[in-house]
Amino acid sequence: MSSTTHTEASKFSLSMLINDTRYRSTTFQVIALIGLIFAMGYLVSNLLSNLADAGLNISWRFFGETAGYDINQMPIEYNNQMSHGRASMVGAVNTLIVAFLACVSATVLGVIAGVLRLSNNWVVSKLMAIYVEAFRNVPVLIWILIIFLVMSNVLPQPREFRGDAAASAMWFDMIAFTNRGVYVPRMIMGDLSWLVVATFVLSIAGVFAFRRYARNLLFNTGRLIPTLLPSIGIFIIPTVLVYFILGSPIGLESPELKGFNFKGGLHLRLSLIALWFALAIYTGAFIAENVRAGIQAISHGQTEAAAALGMRPGRIMSLIILPQALRVIVPPLISQYLNITKNSSLAIAVGYMDITGTLGGITLNQTGRAIECILVLMLFYLVISLSISAIMNVYNNAMKLKER
Amino acid sequence: MSEAQMKVSDEIAISIENMNKWYGTFHVLRDINLDVQRGERIVICGPSGSGKSTLIRCINALEEHQKGSITVDGTLLSSDVKNIDKVRSEVGMCFQHFNLFPHLTILENCTLAPIWVRKTPKKEAEETAMHFLEKVKIPEQADKYPGQLSGGQQQRVAIARSLCMKPRIMLFDEPTSALDPEMIKEVLDTMIELAEDGMTMLCVTHEMGFARQVANRVIFMDAGQIVEQNEPEEFFNNPQSDRTKLFLSQILGH
Amino acid sequence: MSDTPNLGFVRHEPIPPSPPPVQQAGAVKWVRENLFSNWINSILTILSIYFVAKIILASTPWMWNGVWTTSSLRECREVLQGTSGACWSVLTERWNQMLFGFQYPVEAYWRPTLAFVLLLVCIAPVLFQKLPRKMLIFSAIYPFLAFWLIWGGTLLTPVIVGLSLIAGYMAFVKTERLIGFATGLLSGVVAVALVLYLGSFVTAALSGFIALEPVASRDMGGFMLNLILGTVCVSLSIPLGIVLALGRQSNMPIIKGICVVFIEFIRGVPLITLLFVANVVLSYFFPPGTNLDLILRVIIMITLFSAAYIAEVIRGGLAALPRGQYEAADSLGLDYPQAMRLIILPQALKISIPGIVNVAVGLFKDTTLVSVISMFDLVGMIRGPISSSTAWTGIYWELYLFAILLFFVVCYGISQYSQWLERQLRTDHH
Repeated sequence: MSSTTHTEASKFSLSMLINDTRYRSTTFQVIALIGLIFAMGYLVSNLLSNLADAGLNISWRFFGETAGYDINQMPIEYNNQMSHGRASMVGAVNTLIVAFLACVSATVLGVIAGVLRLSNNWVVSKLMAIYVEAFRNVPVLIWILIIFLVMSNVLPQPREFRGDAAASAMWFDMIAFTNRGVYVPRMIMGDLSWLVVATFVLSIAGVFAFRRYARNLLFNTGRLIPTLLPSIGIFIIPTVLVYFILGSPIGLESPELKGFNFKGGLHLRLSLIALWFALAIYTGAFIAENVRAGIQAISHGQTEAAAALGMRPGRIMSLIILPQALRVIVPPLISQYLNITKNSSLAIAVGYMDITGTLGGITLNQTGRAIECILVLMLFYLVISLSISAIMNVYNNAMKLKER
Repeated sequence: MSEAQMKVSDEIAISIENMNKWYGTFHVLRDINLDVQRGERIVICGPSGSGKSTLIRCINALEEHQKGSITVDGTLLSSDVKNIDKVRSEVGMCFQHFNLFPHLTILENCTLAPIWVRKTPKKEAEETAMHFLEKVKIPEQADKYPGQLSGGQQQRVAIARSLCMKPRIMLFDEPTSALDPEMIKEVLDTMIELAEDGMTMLCVTHEMGFARQVANRVIFMDAGQIVEQNEPEEFFNNPQSDRTKLFLSQILGH
Repeated sequence: MSDTPNLGFVRHEPIPPSPPPVQQAGAVKWVRENLFSNWINSILTILSIYFVAKIILASTPWMWNGVWTTSSLRECREVLQGTSGACWSVLTERWNQMLFGFQYPVEAYWRPTLAFVLLLVCIAPVLFQKLPRKMLIFSAIYPFLAFWLIWGGTLLTPVIVGLSLIAGYMAFVKTERLIGFATGLLSGVVAVALVLYLGSFVTAALSGFIALEPVASRDMGGFMLNLILGTVCVSLSIPLGIVLALGRQSNMPIIKGICVVFIEFIRGVPLITLLFVANVVLSYFFPPGTNLDLILRVIIMITLFSAAYIAEVIRGGLAALPRGQYEAADSLGLDYPQAMRLIILPQALKISIPGIVNVAVGLFKDTTLVSVISMFDLVGMIRGPISSSTAWTGIYWELYLFAILLFFVVCYGISQYSQWLERQLRTDHH
């Protein structure tokens, strides 16, 4: 048995940097890192000399200076004597509000449209197809502008609600749709109103508990009790009871027409409504496609096997298809939520003061601090995006099919 | 012993000494000692997870070993890229799932490596390719795409593709496991012809008939170690270790 | 022994195929089964038909009653005298501005139109494998031709750039065969730079040679601007996206880290913030004194944006490739650049095309965002010069319907192609 004489520990030579698999990747990475540092250095040096030429510098003090401008939609306390930082925060809250509203409505709309798209009813399925294709193939900016223009031209002005022979009437005498926005009643929390809220939260938990009880009952004794009506009962009755027992602690301040405008209540401006509706309908189309693809991704063999076991279509959908489909649907759904948050920055086109409008708009123009403002603006969106992605990763890992 | 089993020289083609490999903390190959002589045909068998595929993948450096040494045709497999390239051009490999390149024709599959690795001129590479395609008995498929061929034909093309690099050693990783039963014979016949021409072969396979007919040595691996090795007749008729007996009873039983 | 029935049977004559029985009912049965099968379906059908009918009844007379030949909104109203009707005359009068922007010289309209038609010809062999491969030569020439048509100037500029790329390619191929990939790349870059440098003297001297009237970038607008931004940015971002995808997928932590940071950063911010960067901040990063056109800065930022998304699509394509392909390439002795170029990338890109087309459609729609930074693309024209002109203030439906039509035709066409392609790819792999 001959053995070749080999030198394990050979002398180190420069060519080993490229040829030896132990050093190769380090060499390339060091080269890449050096290249990156040079490129960054070049850009930064350009930046500094350009700033010096223009007489500017990087400073963050402007966040503490007085803003001096009004914001029309103010979910939190704000007046024009507050700082730019405060104004940006108002903008940030506005962004989160419209993003949340749009996410919820888009999901509802998208799920309904996606499921209907798969229905046997030819008319309904074709109608949903037209909705999806029409909205997906036109830029969202155009939809935002159109919905805003339609609403401002079609909805009545506030003064048309005046008088006995009014041209327009409020819904239930509480909600007014005008071309300046929607006026809804504001909830006034009186004493002990927190008890009503707590009861409401508890009743939601109660619905889940009841359903779990019903399922355990089925597994243990084989008895199937109805769950739909009792669930609705548990959801509604306790809250209503507590509300009346406590003497109606939650009041409603309805908007009233005073002069040329509505006073009181909550004023949701037209820009918010238009942005919300446009984002919801636009993204709903994409979500509908995701839902449809998710349901269709489940192999037909699953439905066949379930049917062969004697299950009916309703149970097949809820026990077999939907749980598997959710695994396919949820990741793209979460990226659609990301898209909604990013698309909300188009608020600037209709005058809604989100963070892009305050920090990236008026503050940037007034203080001239472009680099700082845009940096913070990007950071805001980046934090939201990364958080949503992290949530998605957690979900994916939890839902992974266990494989060998 | 068949005529094919006669041609074995004394020269050592592959020398593996004290080779150990870990995947993380999992000790997948334990203390492998193996010398393969030029012209020898070795069949490696064993239960799944025993490390047999990993072993032959170590020989052409598709997998790295952490301890011990592997010397192929006099070249030590170290971390030097030049050594790895040299070994790979002398060693051909056939995979269980053929791994033909679906976007190239059969002829292009076969001429790709000679042109780009050995820098052979295109015309010469094509002649060599046609020669080997004739050898595996499918020269008429040269201009078709892999997707248009049957499994057995694809595996034979894969053998021809490796042969075009004129290797001195051929490795086979379960070449017939993914084939429909009626196509196994044509691939085995090709491999037998290759053996009769004197090629040094290491074959991971479950085809015991092939082992009986062609192999000089049958190696049984289990849990990452070589448990038993012997000439085919002795191996099948007189297995020594209990594990070997269990394995043989499972695969030869039906 | 017992009367067992004869189990043996042999069929001698095959049974010929025969037609199926005639269906009982036709349309009525279909309607009953599909539209009104149960009460939920019936309600939905009735609601849908009511909804559709309402829309059609409201919009068709308005569209049909349209006025085509007046020259202002006021005149439209006079002609209509209180009936509801569309004022299509805004389109007849302003269609050219909506398509080309309001500063593009009218006598030069034939140039971008020709470039657009040639675009369809150029892209056809890339999208449809069945067309003759010789057409790809024209596709390679097209970018230079289109540049000359749209921006004008002497023909020599695109010719020199084209020659430099050819020189670079030839230097790369020759050196790579002899020495290796890295040297080949280097010699290619050197060749390109050399030819460009020498060529700049030639173009400076002969600036009138076969020249078209030059048009400044800031004079471009309308739908043409959306198309230019879309095609240029997507084409430029594909090579960059490939590099990013390969980097993200690599084993080297620093390179992977750089790519991940870049991709996640770009994907986490809205496009409008990047456009803000292009508008106000990007010029700070260039050497003092350089003054890049806004459209160039916008192209740079949109290309970076698109590259990050395309990198993710290509990464999916690379992951979908079976590991065996990498192993086969390795076992044949191909090194990394060879394996990538000859085996991995051709297959991965083919799988990624539907995803890339989706990104392209999304990007094309996003080009409308430049209207927010005061560039006059189609939306910018509608919101800006047209809506604020005295003749047409207050008009919006007709304009936006036109815009919707343009975008819908292009985007729907592209997505139908993508679905067709996906079906093709699925039947390819058997």
